[in-house]
Amino acid sequence: MRDNPVLRVVTKIAIPLILLFALYVQFHGDYGPGGGFQAGVIFAAAFILYALVFGTRAARTVVPPAVLRTVTALGLILFAGVGTVSQLLGSQFLDYDALADNPLHGQHIGIFLVELGVGITVAAVMITLFLAFAGRQDEP
Amino acid sequence: MNALGLYNYWIVIFLMMTGFYVVIASGNLVKKIIGLNLFQASVFILYISAGKVSGGSAPILREGIESYSNPLPHVLILTAIVVGVATTALGLALVVRIREAYGTAEEDEIHRQDESL
Amino acid sequence: MIELVNFVLLGLLAVTALAAIRLHDLFAVTMMFGIYSLLAAVVFVVLDAVDVAFTEAAVGVGISTILMLATIGLVGRQERRPSHRPLLPLAVVIVTGAALVYGTLDMPGFGDPDAPVQRHVAPRYLEQSPEEIGIPNVVTVVLASYRGYDTLGELTVIFTAGVGILALLGLRRRRPSTQPTEQEKT
Repeated sequence: MRDNPVLRVVTKIAIPLILLFALYVQFHGDYGPGGGFQAGVIFAAAFILYALVFGTRAARTVVPPAVLRTVTALGLILFAGVGTVSQLLGSQFLDYDALADNPLHGQHIGIFLVELGVGITVAAVMITLFLAFAGRQDEP
Repeated sequence: MNALGLYNYWIVIFLMMTGFYVVIASGNLVKKIIGLNLFQASVFILYISAGKVSGGSAPILREGIESYSNPLPHVLILTAIVVGVATTALGLALVVRIREAYGTAEEDEIHRQDESL
Repeated sequence: MIELVNFVLLGLLAVTALAAIRLHDLFAVTMMFGIYSLLAAVVFVVLDAVDVAFTEAAVGVGISTILMLATIGLVGRQERRPSHRPLLPLAVVIVTGAALVYGTLDMPGFGDPDAPVQRHVAPRYLEQSPEEIGIPNVVTVVLASYRGYDTLGELTVIFTAGVGILALLGLRRRRPSTQPTEQEKT
């Protein structure tokens, strides 16, 4: 599909928009529909589109497997880390009240970080899934 | 109890049974996994139907809205969908490896090869 | 009005599921699955579950369908037709379905505000979360704060599935010998 100019141009215009939309869904999830799970999947969809049009080899240079593996673990560590930090600050595991001076603010920070962790891991796992399946096929 | 009030449940049961049928009647491993996904999606619809309140609104708090649908099933199913795709991918990966080892994704063919060993 | 839309959409879902059974070309079955997911997402919008609809539209229609297509590309798209009529599976399915329909007869009606599911913890989430958390989207609140353990567990499952896929398929190219110049070390 790399030789089709229409596909190439449209993909290059669409990918930044998809990434931007994913970030909007991620960070606006407190006020409207959205959150880490959806944002992660949409973020991954941009990379999958790139891999479909430009080939998995090109996609692997954009996100090298070593980076992908690290990032996958990073999201989960962030989530569990927020829980541990709240525990160290004197409240219960995953109870965000202690993260700031007042409980409401603490909850906001906690939910923001946890959703970010969810988004990172989900996006990385979805990209991994696609690259693992598509990389199995012999590319021309 | 009117029949219309149970319509959602009956359709969910029908969808569930089509998924179940595909899983047990089809010999192709990929189609079996698609059947599992049909089944799974019907369970999602069951949960969301149970959480609906007549005249309710989406559970995003706003001024001037009194009644909201139940947010708890939404949370459970939201995570279940993403977990579902991850486990589906694991199943499909197993199918790919089985196909590489046996040269086929048909169940009876795989059994035949196993027995002839 | 919502009941009517719901009625029609669920009918369409049933038709799509039947079509998926009858087809033997796996490519067509996968497309039916994509349509099924999209219809399910619309049903979720009608039933007020906007967050779920969002996820289903992105995951069910996007990622799942693409993964199935990738698998079909590796495994082959034609399913072998069954040699005999599948009477036993049909009987099992009908008996199970009849038992389940019998089980629904004393379920609360659709949209009943007094059903047990609506009177348990949900009112507490809806009433207390503005004072306790202060975020309008209750689904996000329950997901990340009230049920944080649950979400942490789900995320671990997703992580584990990703690790499993890496163990089964790996990210490196399988046959670098065909194109030695593209060999890459990871």
